[in-house]
Amino acid sequence: MEYIGIIIVAIFVNNIVYSQFLGICPFLGVSKKVDTAIGMGLAVTFVLTISTIVTFLLQKGILEPFGLEYLQTISFILVIAALVQMVEIILKKVSPSLYQALGVFLPLITTNCAILGVAILVIQKDFNLLQSVVFAISTSIGFALALIIFSGIREQLALTKVPKAMQGIPIALITAGIIAMAFMGFSGIDQVFK
Amino acid sequence: MNNYFKVIVNGLIKENPTFVLLLGMCPTLATTSSALNGMSMGLATMFVLICSNAAISALKNLIPDMVRIPAFIVVIAAFVTIVEMVMNAYVPALAASLGIFIPLIVVNCIVLGRAEAFASRNNVLASALDGLGIGLGFTLALTLLGAVRELLGTGKIFSLSVYPENFGSLIFVLAPGAFIALGYLIAMFNKLQKK
Repeated sequence: MEYIGIIIVAIFVNNIVYSQFLGICPFLGVSKKVDTAIGMGLAVTFVLTISTIVTFLLQKGILEPFGLEYLQTISFILVIAALVQMVEIILKKVSPSLYQALGVFLPLITTNCAILGVAILVIQKDFNLLQSVVFAISTSIGFALALIIFSGIREQLALTKVPKAMQGIPIALITAGIIAMAFMGFSGIDQVFK
Repeated sequence: MNNYFKVIVNGLIKENPTFVLLLGMCPTLATTSSALNGMSMGLATMFVLICSNAAISALKNLIPDMVRIPAFIVVIAAFVTIVEMVMNAYVPALAASLGIFIPLIVVNCIVLGRAEAFASRNNVLASALDGLGIGLGFTLALTLLGAVRELLGTGKIFSLSVYPENFGSLIFVLAPGAFIALGYLIAMFNKLQKK
């Protein structure tokens, strides 16, 4: 029950894009087509889950026992950057087809604040390892969902007539605002799981 | 002297990070629920920008080209940690309301972008001034967005009442209002710039 609560809250109630404002750059950058949105969603799911596990173990295994919590930001970002590079190299060797699908998105992920954000959030929320993994996976599902819904709308938006000053990012932001309003309808569901 | 002045104005208007370059959207949307929050986030980022630009510009000949991005990130992360510790010590309430977005200054593309595009090619003074200009532009944008959202949402600016709170629409303080207000502000900026 507790885990179902974490999953529902992370995907719908506190959706990472529409209510937490994390990962907005890729959200606006790669949401012009549904295909690329799916690819980016998968790549984020992959990296986010692995990086959350690694940074969690780093925090509990090294930083906390030695009283080095103040190095959290520096060490997490370095670990994430190294990890993304490593995932890229391993994927290229082990599964070329998966690399083909995700390859272009991987370098973009290092600067995706959702990755570092989730790594810090699970520490702040005081989750254990299993809860952290569940939280990371459901957060990235929420991200993929947000991205796919948004890219579907943007594909339609490209065909409509929009005032000149509103073209591109402004109209995309306003669309995102309306979707965010729809997502606010989910708030309160989390009370059921408490 | 004139040249340095130009660098600052460039960051403030011509290359305004939020309205023109569209960088650093996450903190822009997340921390502007009030004008004060937006301004403090802008100032924190400005401090990191000035320091990291100056440090990277001073170190640019020592850092090998191959590892420059990780090296830049470490320099930036060090200054972000300083900001985080200082804010936790002296303004804990503000630090709590900005929350996770203070450590996330590290992954703000503006900071790394300026390090790569400006600081790694110019001298220390010019880089620091570029940091100041871009930082001021970012602060201005965040304060403006924060003020608009606070005014429409609660009828106040910097907690000074302008009209009764009951007439405000709370949606502008919540998440959807952030997207919508920023969308309209960028559209207005586009319109004004074309003239």
